[in-house]
Amino acid sequence: MPSNFWLIAQREYLTRVKKRSFLIMTLLVPLIVAAFGFFIVKIATSDNDTQDVVQVLDTSGQNLGARLVSTKQMQFKPVQGTLETVKKDYLKSEDDGLLYLPAGLSLEAPKGVQLYAKGNVSIRKQQAVETALDKLFSEDKMRASGLSQEKLDALKTNIDVASINLDETGKEKNSNALATSGIAYALALLIYLFIFMYGVQIMRGVGEEKSSRIMEVMLSSVKPFDLMMGKIVGIAAVGLTQFLLWGILSVGATSAVTAVFADKLAATASTETAANPGGAERAAKVMGGAEVAGTDNATTPDAAAAVSERFSVFKALRGLPLGMIAFGFVIYFLGGYLLYGALFGAIGAAVDDQTDTQQFMFPITMPLILSYIIGVSVILRNPDGPVAFWMSMIPFTSPIAMVIRLPFGVPVWQLALSIGLLIAGFVFTVWIAARIYRVGVLMYGKKVTYKELSKWLFYKG
Amino acid sequence: MQPALEALNVRKVYGEHVALNDVSLAIPDRSIYGLLGPNGAGKTSLIRIITQITGADAGEIRIRGEKLAPKHIAEIGYLPEERGLYKKMKVGEQLLYLARLKGLSRTDATQRIKAWVQRFDLAPWVEKNVEDLSKGMQQKVQFIATVLHEPSIIILDEPFSGFDPINANLIKDEILALRDKGATIILATHRMESVEEMCDNIALINRSRKVLDGPVSAVKDTFRTQTYSVEGQGRLMVMHPDFEVLEHNERENGHFHDIIRLHAGTTPNDLLRYLIGNVEVHAFRELIPSINEIFIRRVRETMPETLLEEAPAA
Repeated sequence: MPSNFWLIAQREYLTRVKKRSFLIMTLLVPLIVAAFGFFIVKIATSDNDTQDVVQVLDTSGQNLGARLVSTKQMQFKPVQGTLETVKKDYLKSEDDGLLYLPAGLSLEAPKGVQLYAKGNVSIRKQQAVETALDKLFSEDKMRASGLSQEKLDALKTNIDVASINLDETGKEKNSNALATSGIAYALALLIYLFIFMYGVQIMRGVGEEKSSRIMEVMLSSVKPFDLMMGKIVGIAAVGLTQFLLWGILSVGATSAVTAVFADKLAATASTETAANPGGAERAAKVMGGAEVAGTDNATTPDAAAAVSERFSVFKALRGLPLGMIAFGFVIYFLGGYLLYGALFGAIGAAVDDQTDTQQFMFPITMPLILSYIIGVSVILRNPDGPVAFWMSMIPFTSPIAMVIRLPFGVPVWQLALSIGLLIAGFVFTVWIAARIYRVGVLMYGKKVTYKELSKWLFYKG
Repeated sequence: MQPALEALNVRKVYGEHVALNDVSLAIPDRSIYGLLGPNGAGKTSLIRIITQITGADAGEIRIRGEKLAPKHIAEIGYLPEERGLYKKMKVGEQLLYLARLKGLSRTDATQRIKAWVQRFDLAPWVEKNVEDLSKGMQQKVQFIATVLHEPSIIILDEPFSGFDPINANLIKDEILALRDKGATIILATHRMESVEEMCDNIALINRSRKVLDGPVSAVKDTFRTQTYSVEGQGRLMVMHPDFEVLEHNERENGHFHDIIRLHAGTTPNDLLRYLIGNVEVHAFRELIPSINEIFIRRVRETMPETLLEEAPAA
């Protein structure tokens, strides 16, 4: 009776979705994600994007202090006076450091430079000061050796490496290796988590039905196959709902968090822009991360550059076989869940006691864990190697192995073969699970062994 | 009249173990049928075949002459020996769910649930989770779930286990009421005396085989032993050509309590006539064997080897 199947799936879905723990999990995970996002933004803004202000007391008489170039990280602010008074003033100020260039500092012997700070001087701050001084000194040295200003400018290069992916037909594709790997990794993780979390729920659900002894009542109304598949499908719907809500809430929460930050940054950026063009770029970047378009702020060349940088990531994404990825992901997501879900259900049916599940869990979770571990290491590094090929063919490992390969591009025949094998695989596991389930759910007080299980496969209805 | 349910030469084997061996039964319509036998005799195996939880290896089940088919699921209500409900589901929701699985519409089911929970004083508990109910109340919920879809055949495995005497009586009355409304009821139990008085027909099962079946009155007739319990005052002759005193108990003042078996050709009235002429009769009662005794006698006759290993539970 197909109507019974839907009733069962519906009950499995509703009882789980209505649970308080579902609500808590649904709210908690996005909060954690948001908190994590908040943390990252905080680090990004406090570390890379705040500008240290360093006072410069130049007594060298070579006009070095005024020529120090401020960067995104560091602003140099010339001060006047004796070292003693400047030190006192510095301590009263909110600035981050005081650079002292002593008299008699020469290009030949750059000694006696001192950096004062409140508390310890961070390596990063020290390096930034050193880099700025280095640059100044080497320019002066080059100029002293007879190079003109034009030649100096011409010597400056700005290297931006673009990676190009040659596909089999020899066509060039703009690729962004990081984006590709990132997508592969994320898809594999999603499938892995989904199968694990909800597979175990299937097992628990069957175990509960068995231990509450409701099986016999149920089986006098419905077929065991409907009962098992109803549970698997119902729980899949729970998982999809949960993932969907997590996705929506996470995006909502993180963009709320970053929008607050972006506002703040935009405010500071506009005041800073005049003195320091870097500010707007920072703001635009952060807002870009929060999917708040940074184009409004693209008034400065730096901001425009940031936008175009983001654009190139999108271009890289568009270069990926997105249709194939989406199609493959859905197939492997559902196929993998069905394949493993049925086996988890069979374990729940076979054992009396939740503690007995361990011995049967191991051989089932092993290929899943292995395919994930090997997937994110070996396959991610070499998505066209023999390990990748074979693991993406075996139905037990293909759901994870193949989605890792998909963003890198997979020949159609391999994809078709792998999907064919996956379908055969889950038809097979569902068949086995149904046989074990049918016998197991009414079997109590018997210590189940593999030998016993294999006998159940051949019992007549 | 056509039987409500027939089993024809049903056989079921689990691995090496034969659970049912050539069992045939005919269960008359609108009656209460006792399926009796010790634990492990095969009662539950037979029930699981009738409820289509498993299939028979040989033979067949017929419902009103029709071969058992999936459509009959809605016609059968089954209360298993192992009672169980979804613990974390509300009583009302649970009843609705189980009724809908039997093909009842939401509105029909809701109405009937309302009536039943009132009848069983469960109305305040409808919105409670099953696990918050007492064992007895859970049993009532389970009974309601069994009969909610108004099945024409109701199978109750160990119907009174888990009920206190008051609720057991309540259930007993409900069973009789259901029979009077036209349902056919099968009571499976190893506690034969608990259902003896309710059953119209019985079948005795032992070691996967049917030992005996028929109307309770006919079964008892067959196993009458022509034995009478006599209480009275006076002196009773111990030797007589027409009867034999099996047991003689004397009490003070010439009171006695004897067990007397009639010889063939003697009627109870002959004995009474003799007694009236000789002693003062206080009580005279035929000793009819209980179903339990009949079972043991029958098993001793037909399969004496099994008695040594497995005595039926009292």
